[in-house]
Amino acid sequence: MFSILRDLLRFNVEFLVGFVLTALIFLFAAAHFFAPYPDTAIYLLPPDMPPSAEFWLGTTSRGQDVFWQMSAAIWNTMTFGLVVMILSRIIALAVGMLSGYLGGKADEVLMTINDTLIALPNIPILLLVYFVMRDQMTWPLLAVTAALLGWNYDARLIRSVTLSLRNREFTRHAVFAGMSVPQVLVRQHLPYVMPVVFFTAMNNLIWAIGLEVTLSVLGFSDVNRPTVGGMIYWANQHQAAVSGIWWWLVFPIVAVVLLFLGLFLLAISINEYIDPRSRLSRMGG
Amino acid sequence: MSALLQLDHVGRSYPVGGLFARGKMQAVKDLSFTLDAEKPEIFTIVGESGSGKTTTARMILGNEVPTSGAIHFLGKDVTTIRSRSDRLAFMAKVQPIFQNPFEAFNPLTTLDFYLFSTARRFLGLKARSEIDAAADKALQHVGLSLAEVRGRYSHELSGGQLQRIAVARALIPGPKLIVADEPVSMVDASLRMSIVNLFRTLRDDLGVTIIYITHDLSTAYYISDRVIIMHRGEVIEAGEARAVLGHPSQEYSRALRNAVLPPDPVAARRIINERLERRRSGLAEGAG
Amino acid sequence: MQVEVKPETLAAPAEPVLRVENLKAYYQMNYFGVSREVRAVDDITLTIHRNEIYGIAGESSSGKSSLIKTIAGAIRPPLRVVSGSVRFDFGGRTLDVYDDPQAMKAARWRHLSYVMQGSMNVLNPVRRVKHAFHDFAFRHMGLSPSAFRARVEAHLEQIGLDPQVLEAYPHQLSGGMRQRLAIGLATVCEPEFIIADEPTTALDVLVQQDVLALIKDVQSRLGSSIIFVTHDMTVHAAIADRIGIIYAGRLVEEGPAQAMFARPQHPYTAHLIASLPRIGDTTRRQSLPGKPPNLADPPSGCRFHPRCPLAITKCETESPPLEPRGEGRVACWRAGEVAAA
Repeated sequence: MFSILRDLLRFNVEFLVGFVLTALIFLFAAAHFFAPYPDTAIYLLPPDMPPSAEFWLGTTSRGQDVFWQMSAAIWNTMTFGLVVMILSRIIALAVGMLSGYLGGKADEVLMTINDTLIALPNIPILLLVYFVMRDQMTWPLLAVTAALLGWNYDARLIRSVTLSLRNREFTRHAVFAGMSVPQVLVRQHLPYVMPVVFFTAMNNLIWAIGLEVTLSVLGFSDVNRPTVGGMIYWANQHQAAVSGIWWWLVFPIVAVVLLFLGLFLLAISINEYIDPRSRLSRMGG
Repeated sequence: MSALLQLDHVGRSYPVGGLFARGKMQAVKDLSFTLDAEKPEIFTIVGESGSGKTTTARMILGNEVPTSGAIHFLGKDVTTIRSRSDRLAFMAKVQPIFQNPFEAFNPLTTLDFYLFSTARRFLGLKARSEIDAAADKALQHVGLSLAEVRGRYSHELSGGQLQRIAVARALIPGPKLIVADEPVSMVDASLRMSIVNLFRTLRDDLGVTIIYITHDLSTAYYISDRVIIMHRGEVIEAGEARAVLGHPSQEYSRALRNAVLPPDPVAARRIINERLERRRSGLAEGAG
Repeated sequence: MQVEVKPETLAAPAEPVLRVENLKAYYQMNYFGVSREVRAVDDITLTIHRNEIYGIAGESSSGKSSLIKTIAGAIRPPLRVVSGSVRFDFGGRTLDVYDDPQAMKAARWRHLSYVMQGSMNVLNPVRRVKHAFHDFAFRHMGLSPSAFRARVEAHLEQIGLDPQVLEAYPHQLSGGMRQRLAIGLATVCEPEFIIADEPTTALDVLVQQDVLALIKDVQSRLGSSIIFVTHDMTVHAAIADRIGIIYAGRLVEEGPAQAMFARPQHPYTAHLIASLPRIGDTTRRQSLPGKPPNLADPPSGCRFHPRCPLAITKCETESPPLEPRGEGRVACWRAGEVAAA
């Protein structure tokens, strides 16, 4: 594992850039543990201060330090993305593999649920959940809802991989070697499915972060907890763009663009490593 | 005589065609034969692609259900096996060998896992040392040892070695019947005979009956006791191997027999030249 | 029926059309920290004459496919030519495959063509057969579209196919017909040299002899040379004039087919021939001990020595050269004793 990381860094520029970018943003986000102010406190500092030696990225109209706010916001947004990613991967794996391997009735039922979820639009459902929950809306609840909406395409992908594996000779051989269904799925099929999980995970993470930012910008989340979207929401509420408090808007947007770019570069380079065809063509070049 | 395996008028058809033109493709038609439980033998099914030989193998192994007729193994109808314990009991007695040894072992799993899993499930072994001993004993039968196999992956070994490991694994539960579907077609020529000879040893030393499925008449003649020749799902000719393959009586089996090139340049060239002459005269007639 | 014979086919039979000299082609891989060199073609020298079928026999990963790819100039990294040369002689014009890639490109299909295993590879499944002929051959023939069509139809009739197949899609044809088409496609330009890679391996038993007879027929009519690759020794017996045996990237024996089957000179060849089962004979056939060599880490000395029944200490350290002996050439320190063993 370590040597793979080393070689990726050495041979793949996209990975190097993506890795450095993501690592820097991660370090920046982790810095909020050492923040001098609590991240939910407001009107603690003089409001609307431009970037200076004292406040590196300025302060907001609500009297918060933009630097430390952003640090906490990115941390929270990334946490949200990771939770959604992990939960939805678990659902996608379970549904996709069982559906593909068992076939028949189980497959029919699971895929009907899957296709129904694909047909449903995501944002209206999330808004509906928000309107029902109102003040009880917490970020873990939002994460679970998002995870329940974010697995279906990938479950289909995993199902199609498992479906082709089911007819391979080694699966029949495993059955005649007395392996049980969980053993076949975990020992025989999971290694083939993992690349799909891995590379959809990156896309899912990007999707989840995008979803969180969108909902927060619109104010449909717990807006008192600092998130990247939440910062933009408050900046809009205080008409930061009109009143010339550009640092309140520009820095969160730059941060989220950099985070997206870093994750995207990681996703494509890891995908290239996983896909032997592109690895081979690189070997040739 | 008690029957090990009995096929009675077995047929298998598949629906074919598009939305409006529904038809049926008969892969196997009215197939019957019986294998004796007391007399182990090498029973060969010869056929070209599309003859139904692989479908037959899949039905015997319980991977596919016949659309007509019945298959009985030791007096029990194979299609009625439903529960996991019945299925395991059946698999302990009937084991397969697959065509492509590189495909039969998952390239991401170590080979010994197949051996250990078989020993654990079918022999009910728990202790590490007992499982190792069972795997090693089976590997000895095929001229290998556990030390040579432990921790290895399929890409590290040759096709011939993998096929022998597959045979060893199939031997662990102490099967009565091994169904081998084209077991040597993907194995290199220098190692092919080691697999074929192994089947003889299994029959003679361990009393295992082998259903050998192949398109190659020369190896079929070399090891079989009895043979059936299949063509488009039907049995064309059946009987004692030396008689059927040496002196086929049906037109199709004769054609199949004559299509085998002898390993002798003089005779083989004569066959090709005769064909060439027939071609040329046929073409000339067509042109005239 | 009048058979057209090209003037150059009347030349002396011993005229070489392909000369491969000391050819070495290795797979060189270095990625993600692993570097590996696989000597797939290791110092091969051979000559193929006009109007000759040269059979190449070898097992999987013996390097036989790498050899013909190298001969055809169709190699891609990581396979690289390390040294040696491949020269064709097309009607007095010498062509070095690796010195003049431009001329080589022009000669493709017109002078040098291929028949592959699994003819689906050359026939596009979503286009009619006639398009394949157009794509491959039209610009090499210099004919008007109608004359080209007439020529193709005449050629198909020659190989026993109804010209109607031109309007069909590949999936509408049987495996045997597709393989005939692949042969038709490779021979429509009447090339001097044809590379045939396992052309009969995927075919059903009954079709195999027909296809072999067809190849023989077309070859003798055109007077072309064929390099015919297959692992199946009985196919070589039926069609090859001379056979070259490849083991672990090296040519270990070469000679006329009949002499080789009657008196193999290399222990490996002797084994390959002796182990062939035949109908009417049930005497026990032996298999070779040991496993096929790994080309990334081949055995020292003679690469066959770990599996050879005749191996002596010298075989472990010194690699035997390929030297003339009898009617052919052989690379074995104990070649004289093979027949006796």
